[in-house]
Amino acid sequence: MAEFLQFLISGLTVGAVYALVALGFTLIYNASGVVNFAQGEFVMLGGMVTVFASALGVPLPLAALVAIVVAMVIGLLLHRLAIEPARGASAVTLIIITIGASILLRGLAAIVFDKQFHKLPAFTGDTPVDLLGAAIQPQSFWVLGGAAVVVLALYVFLEHTLLGKAVLATAANRLAARLVGINTTTIMALAFGGSAAIGAIAGILVTPITLTSYDVGTLLALKGFAAAMLGGMGNPVGAVVGGLLLGLLEAFGAGYLSSTYKDAFAFLVILIVLFAAPQGLFGRRVVERV
Amino acid sequence: MRALMNQRFLTLAVLAVVIGILPFVFPSSYYFRVASLVWVSALAAIGLNILMGQAGQVSLGHAAFFGIGAYAVAIGPVHLGIPSWAALLLGAGLSALLAFLVGRPILRLKGHYLAIATLGLGVLVALVITTESRWTGGPDGMPVERLTLFGWRVSGSYTWYWVTGGLLLIGTWIALNLDDTPTGRAFRALHDSEVAAQVVGVDVARFKLQAFVIAAVYASLAGSALAFMNGFINPDQAGFLHSVELVTIVVLGGLGSVVGSIVGAAVLITLPQVLTVFHEYEHLLLGLIIIVSMIFMRSGIVPTLSSLFLRKARS
Repeated sequence: MAEFLQFLISGLTVGAVYALVALGFTLIYNASGVVNFAQGEFVMLGGMVTVFASALGVPLPLAALVAIVVAMVIGLLLHRLAIEPARGASAVTLIIITIGASILLRGLAAIVFDKQFHKLPAFTGDTPVDLLGAAIQPQSFWVLGGAAVVVLALYVFLEHTLLGKAVLATAANRLAARLVGINTTTIMALAFGGSAAIGAIAGILVTPITLTSYDVGTLLALKGFAAAMLGGMGNPVGAVVGGLLLGLLEAFGAGYLSSTYKDAFAFLVILIVLFAAPQGLFGRRVVERV
Repeated sequence: MRALMNQRFLTLAVLAVVIGILPFVFPSSYYFRVASLVWVSALAAIGLNILMGQAGQVSLGHAAFFGIGAYAVAIGPVHLGIPSWAALLLGAGLSALLAFLVGRPILRLKGHYLAIATLGLGVLVALVITTESRWTGGPDGMPVERLTLFGWRVSGSYTWYWVTGGLLLIGTWIALNLDDTPTGRAFRALHDSEVAAQVVGVDVARFKLQAFVIAAVYASLAGSALAFMNGFINPDQAGFLHSVELVTIVVLGGLGSVVGSIVGAAVLITLPQVLTVFHEYEHLLLGLIIIVSMIFMRSGIVPTLSSLFLRKARS
């Protein structure tokens, strides 16, 4: 039981990070139709900027804030300089552009920072909490709580503010949104900034547990994309569920079956799910009009 | 019809001349190595372009087949005791079989779902290669025995320049011809509109699968060639980043353009070699160049330039 609980919590912790990355994917995808493979770089930036800012003597909360702002600026620049000029290009061309952006950001991080691994101190100490026999790192609660706050804030924003509703309208139908007077370009910029912030928060929360370096983004982008697809692309609830599910699969797979094939379980399950339900778990079946 | 024949012949002739002339201007064996790398990558990209550009199906895990080809020639002679050339065929056969088996369920998916499924397949193959270190040497990779054909030991960057160049010519010739067969036309039909293709009687599932298998065999052969050439192989060749590189070559050069894949490979393989001069700015510049060229040449280098050229010629 203790072992089970241990795997459960560690799975949920990793899953919460995947969920945030997937949420970032979904936000950008809904607003602009772009699959942003540079999403993992925002997570990297969140961790790295915080590490280097606090190394300069900036207190941790302030350093975290700086990191979020930096990521948002980069997200806005990405939209303004790389996505906006390529408006109307095919989906695969846009994917290549975001891959180019992720290579660029990784290169930039290697120059501005360095190529070492870095750690942040856990927010509230390293003493494990005993939970029914399982030893839980306090940072796990920070990750889970932080992710929950982000998801809740995003929900309130989308459902209860005018701006949030404009985002949903843009996601539903860009042309119709423009017809009722929504500036869809602003909405897209907002989506890029917002999802960069979400990614950075994920990076800050998880760095005390997993460490960070200039190249952690690639694998996170892969997992986040996988989580978004598992839930059904474009569905925020699906993204969160997909992320948590992916984290749990990895934790239990690694714990009970084989730790060397940890990453394999996730992708194996995705293949099986897609074979059975080609639109993901929560995706709508899209009927194509010919 | 004749114009088409001529154009195809012209493309091949130009490629042959380029391959033939380059050695006269190469100052050192290093250049032969880089050029061979370009030919090998171009071969894999041409195959992937048949799937992506002609049949319109994306694959983000194509390096898996490249890896299978590479590891087949590494593992075959050492662990199974079969000659290198047979291992090469075995690799191609295995790749084709894998593509055939997973192709049907995977190719039912569309758009981003197809992308993640192929990506997953690629990750799985790369993981198996990295983990089964008893066979593959694990993350460190393993040495590859030199290819011996009829007692002739194929080695040296000069020799491999010609071998890979020849392979590329054959691959290009097949791809160009395919464009003009009923199969090639079926590919194009389902690229433009799957529904329309189905309505006029194209067996959509079968042709998608065919394109997938062809692309897999191209990648596998390219992988085997690279493994022989380098005499060493590691799991990176089967990894996600290599898959991305192949897709980037295809899109950068021009979807659906055979020449585009060769140009794309030339750009994307030589660029990092040139950029090493800039040391740490290498990745920064590589990313920047990819972004800028995709923004200004959306349909890829070769289609953009050729339409520009045609417009100039007309006015």
